[in-house]
Amino acid sequence: MLAEADRFRLLQHHRLFPLIPLAVIIVVLPLLFPSAYYYRVAALVFIFAIAALGLNLLMGFAGQVSLGHAGFMGVGAYAVAIGPSRLGIAPLLAFALGAACSAVLAFVVGRPILRLKGHYLAVATLGFGVLLTIVFTNEAKWTGGPDGMPVQQIIIINWTVHRIGTWYWILAASFLLSAVIALNLIDSPTGRALRAIHDSERAARVLGIEVAQKKLAVFVISAVYASVAGSFFALINGYVTPDASSFLRSIELVAMVVLGGMGSIVGSVVGSAVLVILPQALTVFHEYEHAILGLTLMAVMIFLRRGIVPSLSAALGGTYK
Amino acid sequence: MTALAAERISIAFGGVRALDGVSFEAAAGIVFSIIGPNGAGKTTLFNVISGLCVPDDGRVWLGGEDVTALAPERLARRGLSRTFQNLQIFSHLTTLENVMVGRHRHESTGLLADLLHLPAVSWQNRITRDAALKALARVGLAAMAQRPAGSLAYGDLKRLEIARALATEPTVLLLDEPAAGCNPTETKNIETMIRSIVADDITVVLVEHDMRLVMNISDRIHVLANGHTLAEGDAAAIRANPAVIEAYLGAHSAALEPASAVR
Repeated sequence: MLAEADRFRLLQHHRLFPLIPLAVIIVVLPLLFPSAYYYRVAALVFIFAIAALGLNLLMGFAGQVSLGHAGFMGVGAYAVAIGPSRLGIAPLLAFALGAACSAVLAFVVGRPILRLKGHYLAVATLGFGVLLTIVFTNEAKWTGGPDGMPVQQIIIINWTVHRIGTWYWILAASFLLSAVIALNLIDSPTGRALRAIHDSERAARVLGIEVAQKKLAVFVISAVYASVAGSFFALINGYVTPDASSFLRSIELVAMVVLGGMGSIVGSVVGSAVLVILPQALTVFHEYEHAILGLTLMAVMIFLRRGIVPSLSAALGGTYK
Repeated sequence: MTALAAERISIAFGGVRALDGVSFEAAAGIVFSIIGPNGAGKTTLFNVISGLCVPDDGRVWLGGEDVTALAPERLARRGLSRTFQNLQIFSHLTTLENVMVGRHRHESTGLLADLLHLPAVSWQNRITRDAALKALARVGLAAMAQRPAGSLAYGDLKRLEIARALATEPTVLLLDEPAAGCNPTETKNIETMIRSIVADDITVVLVEHDMRLVMNISDRIHVLANGHTLAEGDAAAIRANPAVIEAYLGAHSAALEPASAVR
């Protein structure tokens, strides 16, 4: 028989342990929501957390930056907009097709640009994101141009998903599933290889790791995460504009990852929560809203320099990731 | 049988000839040392052999196969591993995980299995962890397994790199200055470790500045100077070679004396 304390320690070392507190919060939170508005904010947090999770796999674990990841969000968003309305594809199928398109696009684009490192990779991915925004803006026949286009509601077996409360549960489950997959990857041969690449590509190669292939794999995975987030974003808004893939959005995703904590799965949801909720909470300050937001971000990075979750965890003497 | 051979290797960086027609043959299961003054081209030769540099001319043979300009990851899969003079530790990983990465070429789960954490992944993780623990125990770092690698002392990091390279199960192991920065006790430990590695039929190719270690342990010594081969032979022949003594004039000439004489 294991002692109670030993059993807890075993549980703590389980790769999915970090998700237990998150699952509890997800279940309890709706009991505290006074209005539909809160459901909507929480839904947005989950959506951006999915995108940030994917980007965290790329940045926090494999050490490769992307300043164009909102481009893949755009692909996912326009897939669920264009598919049903222009091509007559079922929304769920359009959702999957969007993810597949993002994967193929990431594969094709990733091969040449992932050879670049650091700032050069940053600028190349930035260019990619800008390029996609231009396509979404200019191909008005398909995308509605700068004004965007409406998105049909999703229908699952004759049941239209329109209540925000329903979306809350769908998005919470999708987020948890994304987090499980991310944690699975980290605790696997591929995950170890990716983390090794982050620290020394030379050593990784000498140990037999196909560095280019692994980088491409994680780039494709992170693109699919962003695409899924983009599709959800378009669906709960019922509308999509080229803003979904804008440069500012890409930066926002990077900020979520860094703020929450690079390499921290829980950090990704914390980072996205901060960047989704804070602007809403700060509207009371009217014209100073953005200044206060900027100051807050600076203060967090100065005082919690490894990101919110890793820094607080270290300060409390824990190893929570 | 020849485990590793270099044939007329030449490489130049911006007009400077770092290596000029260097050839050697290392027989299987021996300690083959490459020595020479700073800038002689020892590390460059290692980089060429391990695939990190492509030579302008010449060939590299591993176990009788031409492996010239093969990528490092392909060479690793054929049984060549190395350590680095300036350590290349995965500092965000634990000590154990560093060595687990060294098992990568023996791991067989696919990306999809990894993402879904299929039972094969748990099984693979367990096998990898056990093999890595064994490699750590071998270099005396088992107690450090769960420590972040970045927190280890310098001497421990040196041994960690050797454990990680051994975890790949190489036939040929390149050690780039394993004793650099080590105190006499640590150096002695490294000597013992190298002997045990060779006892396992692994060919060790050693670049090292510590002459006492080199003279004690080498079956054969290859001397480089300014990118050229100066001499090759066993420890006694190298010690007696006038050209070698010339290249090591001054403080270093004492280092070439038999180990007993230095003590």
